[in-house]
Amino acid sequence: MTMSVLPGVVGVVLVSLATLVIGTWGLRISRTTSDFFVASRTVRPRLNASAIGGEYLSAASFLGVAGLLLTFGAEMLWYPVGWTAGYLVLLVLVAAPLRRSGAYTLPDFAEARLGSRGVRKLCSVLVVGIGWLYLLPQFQGAGVTLRATIGAPPWAGSLVVALVVLASVSPGGMRSITFVQAFHFWMKLTALLIPIFILLAVWAADGAADPSAAAPASWSIPLASPGGGIGLYTTYSLIVATFLGTMGLPHVVVRFYTNPDGRAARRTTLAVLVLLGVFYVLPPLYAALGRIYAPDLIEGRSDVLVLELPNLMVGGLLGAVLTGLVTAGAFAAFLSTSSGLTIAVAGVLSQDVTGRRWGSYRLGGVAAFRVAAAIAVVVPLLLSLPAQDVAVARTVGLAFAVTASTFAPLLMLGIWWRGLTPVGAVAGLLVGGLGSGAAVAWTLAVAPSSGWTSAMLGQPAAWSVPASFFTMVIVSRLTKASVPAHAGRFMVRLHTPEAVDLQR
Amino acid sequence: MTQDQPPPRVRVTGPPRRRADVVRSAGTREIDAETALGEVFMRSLLREQLMLAIRVLIALALTVGVLPLAFHLLPSLGEVRWGPVPVAWVLLGVLTYPWLVVLGWFYIRRSEANESDFADLVESSPRRSSPPLRSSEQRRGGPE
Repeated sequence: MTMSVLPGVVGVVLVSLATLVIGTWGLRISRTTSDFFVASRTVRPRLNASAIGGEYLSAASFLGVAGLLLTFGAEMLWYPVGWTAGYLVLLVLVAAPLRRSGAYTLPDFAEARLGSRGVRKLCSVLVVGIGWLYLLPQFQGAGVTLRATIGAPPWAGSLVVALVVLASVSPGGMRSITFVQAFHFWMKLTALLIPIFILLAVWAADGAADPSAAAPASWSIPLASPGGGIGLYTTYSLIVATFLGTMGLPHVVVRFYTNPDGRAARRTTLAVLVLLGVFYVLPPLYAALGRIYAPDLIEGRSDVLVLELPNLMVGGLLGAVLTGLVTAGAFAAFLSTSSGLTIAVAGVLSQDVTGRRWGSYRLGGVAAFRVAAAIAVVVPLLLSLPAQDVAVARTVGLAFAVTASTFAPLLMLGIWWRGLTPVGAVAGLLVGGLGSGAAVAWTLAVAPSSGWTSAMLGQPAAWSVPASFFTMVIVSRLTKASVPAHAGRFMVRLHTPEAVDLQR
Repeated sequence: MTQDQPPPRVRVTGPPRRRADVVRSAGTREIDAETALGEVFMRSLLREQLMLAIRVLIALALTVGVLPLAFHLLPSLGEVRWGPVPVAWVLLGVLTYPWLVVLGWFYIRRSEANESDFADLVESSPRRSSPPLRSSEQRRGGPE
């Protein structure tokens, strides 16, 4: 592996440098406080869509999807499809109203809509929990990457990502982060696109063997592994989790607030759909080629497929260059998603924990944010060390199940139903959050087995989402008297087009 | 701003949402005052937009959403191929994405049409005696 050390190192260093350079350059054109937090709400749809794509396409998309497809086949196509379709659901149900609400984070939205500090606190706890659950696989993936390309011990990659994220997040600045994230999207797309042309040419020159020839029959059936009723349940549960989970991701919501208005928020979402669609066509190609050229990765080490395939197929100098390129892309994936999540988690922590008075001592705004960022990074970093062998895309899938069972019902009912009450929201969040959270904890702690119990806990969304949704509706109905007085006013604000001139 | 002294405190505000010189129409005043008529305006917009969203979601469910069921009921679909590629890989790996974009594009076109209808309705609304709701409902529920 010594030969392949160099391209990996060069790729990682170049991406880290470019990230820091673009970040500082963007920081210099940030002038006002509004620039700093919401990029003055002037980010155009195309740039914003690239930034959302950059933040959204994480290690799970860049490495995990191709690996899962290699091992399990068509059933895993539901991950990229669901992660893209989630934006369609977000577009039709929440994009424009969420922007018009003027809320910066999910807790802000909950407080503004329901007028309750209690709901806000619960949402803050959930944002932190979901952020950590989502950061965990990013750090794991970084460990996997550096081990595969440089031969470093697994904790080294996690540590490098954590440090670069902390270094780039602490100066902060939404406007500079926007450029960094947009750059990361195009970096990731290039890093998958250019190698695949060369790899496909090699494949064609080798006689274009059929990837599915050696694969089991289940490889071409998009149903989860045991098949039958359990397979059907697991597949639909994954669909529910990914289709609904996207709208509740804390780092995505913040980006919507940088749109100039509701109309632009919709256009941004459509552009995201296009960008994700282009990107997600690529991982299946890697998986298919992997079936022919990398059969020994199928069991156990499938997450490194994208990283090792160029060397296995091409070799020599060209292979080394391509390896450097995909390593750089993978590293961009960890950096952008982790910084987005760290900002979201640290924002909440600095408001509700580190910014508070502790005894007679109180941290200032920036110091509170930096301490919060450190906490936001260290906790998942420690958690990622023992859990190195869980597939990256699966852990991210669990995070989606939790957001789908908590924030998705809150946003949908909060935006479309006037009758939601604070008590109803709390009850629904608790039912969905505890239900899906317990299922996730069980799945991460206990080795998976077969059977219905394991399927229901491993993929909880199909029961936890309706449970949370109906709890919110029923409890709100029972506490009708406490519908916030300003609910009608707030609904007007959410849904009135900007062209109509209201006293908002 | 000089760098020597601490910068003055700045109040962070959004861009001005209203132009001062615009004469506000009767319809917007009805909504602002939360009268029964304003309520009717808002409810009709909300219903239009929600119905549109549900239509798009049903279209999604009936196309992408039925695929697992289809493969469950007809396992032989797994052997069908388009050219050299299994049909599941073509459908989910490629064709779903343009379809999602088409659905999103359709939604944006229709929701913006709904909103501009609403804006016309509210701005052109005369005094509270004759709400022109019925004619606009017909206009919106028209072809397509």
